[in-house]
Amino acid sequence: MAKSIDVSDLDIYYGDFLAVQGVNMTIKARSVTAFIGPSGCGKSTVLRSLNRMHEVIPGARVEGKVVVDGQSLYGAGVDPVAVRRQIGMVFQRPNPFPTMSIYDNVLAGNKLNAKRMKKSEADSIVERSLKGANLWNEVKDRLNKPGMSLSGGQQQRLCIARAIAVEPQVLLMDEPCSALDPISTAAIEDLIHELKSDYTIVIVTHNMQQAARVSDDTGFFNLKATGEPGHLVEFNPTSKMFTQPDEESTEAYISGRFG
Amino acid sequence: MSTTTKREPQTEAVAGPVQRRGDVVFAGLAKGAGVLIMVALAGVGLFLLIEGAPAITASGDQAYGNDNIVLFVWPLLFGTLLASVIALLLAVPLALGVALVISHYAPRRIAKSLGYVIDLLAAIPSVVYGLWGAFVLAPAILPSYQWLAGHLGWLPFFEGPATTGRTILTASIVLAIMILPIVTAISREVFAQTPRMHEEAALALGATRWEMVRMTVFPYSRSGVISGIMLGLGRALGETMAVAMVLSVGIGVVTVNLISPQNPSTIAANIALNFGNASGTKINVLVFSGLVLFVISFAVNFFGRWIAARGQVKG
Repeated sequence: MAKSIDVSDLDIYYGDFLAVQGVNMTIKARSVTAFIGPSGCGKSTVLRSLNRMHEVIPGARVEGKVVVDGQSLYGAGVDPVAVRRQIGMVFQRPNPFPTMSIYDNVLAGNKLNAKRMKKSEADSIVERSLKGANLWNEVKDRLNKPGMSLSGGQQQRLCIARAIAVEPQVLLMDEPCSALDPISTAAIEDLIHELKSDYTIVIVTHNMQQAARVSDDTGFFNLKATGEPGHLVEFNPTSKMFTQPDEESTEAYISGRFG
Repeated sequence: MSTTTKREPQTEAVAGPVQRRGDVVFAGLAKGAGVLIMVALAGVGLFLLIEGAPAITASGDQAYGNDNIVLFVWPLLFGTLLASVIALLLAVPLALGVALVISHYAPRRIAKSLGYVIDLLAAIPSVVYGLWGAFVLAPAILPSYQWLAGHLGWLPFFEGPATTGRTILTASIVLAIMILPIVTAISREVFAQTPRMHEEAALALGATRWEMVRMTVFPYSRSGVISGIMLGLGRALGETMAVAMVLSVGIGVVTVNLISPQNPSTIAANIALNFGNASGTKINVLVFSGLVLFVISFAVNFFGRWIAARGQVKG
């Protein structure tokens, strides 16, 4: 189920503006890969180009190759909708559908596939996904309550449940804990550890301790200079990255001497 | 004595919050505006009640040849509701489609100019709509009515005979065009306000554009759209000139036949056509029909709000 991702010579544009230039990396299957770097350096942009969410913004486009398990995402005739069904995403702010119950939120992605589901089948998907997101025990007695009735941390786990309900190959997380308190953050980080055995996970984070805690590999992004596009400075195993990085600027950023 | 003088300023400082002149003036203006609206509305209602009351006993010639006031008002009320409902049925799907194109489908530049054109429709005076309906649309649409009467004549709506284009269906089409701008404008605004993060949530799950609209845009904007429809319906119910000019009226007709020359008139159009020649109790009779329209408009609006509110509780 989990797949590896090969990114080669990726240039990402907003209209005529080159936001990210020349990204090359290999994201391993069944591992957690963290993207770190200062604001505006293109981490989230790269992440969103991995499931073709980048092009949702008018004028945005991508050059280069993203290959998931031998299949090019940007090849001719590839349907972005199909890509997004294979590669799930969790956003910075929890965004359950406000008009849907917890139950319906989990099934939202499955219902898009438009096939009729038996009630028992739907029930088991909901239970499996909520258990997978460590939310089942907290909500099993109120599945018909609106998704918005949950706390922020629970909402974010509901969004993770919604993303894994369709059994994607890859799970992308765009600063999933930045709107959450430390306890909810810890719950999500534990969850990431567990999900790693089934999914390839890519996480963008501003929190370097978080990157060190949850990830196997880390990519450090930075701007070449003010006004220049962002680029991938270094991509290495997390343990190496946080002890003896190859690049001086990586060390400067990680140790807080950013400049 | 000395203790009281000491205490007084203290209690004042605690109890009385600071009054700023700007706040006081603004609050007064806002309250005044609110009260003024209520007074105006109550004044209209009161006028209709007092002037309409004598009509309750009207009959015969005074009630335009009807035995009592109900027989006079009912066909008009029926015509009003029929024309408005058909206008809504025609306008709402079109308006929602146009609004969606403007807010979510068309490239920004085209969307903008399309929006302007639709808004422009609202600037055309209703007399012009009436003229256009009576002298352009009615003759042009007559062949289609003849076709309808010939091929779908077994339906009660298209019984015919189709001898004129100035039917209630034509009036409804004109009304539909007139309410299109307001329904479109309001729908477009609420569609565009759907939070980006909800739309992205749907897209990231692999929703197509249409599925995204169904999952996020429609539920989010439901109550706003209903408000827009209610405003459109309000305009359709009260529209006078266009209907009066387009419609070929049969006296006291109640029929669902949409394409015959004998059409039920509407309350507003009937008042406009007859008010000039009315005197004595006849004026009261016309005012009474106005009261009925007032009440119906109110009822329809409350009903619409109720539907909108119910939708929100669910969400």
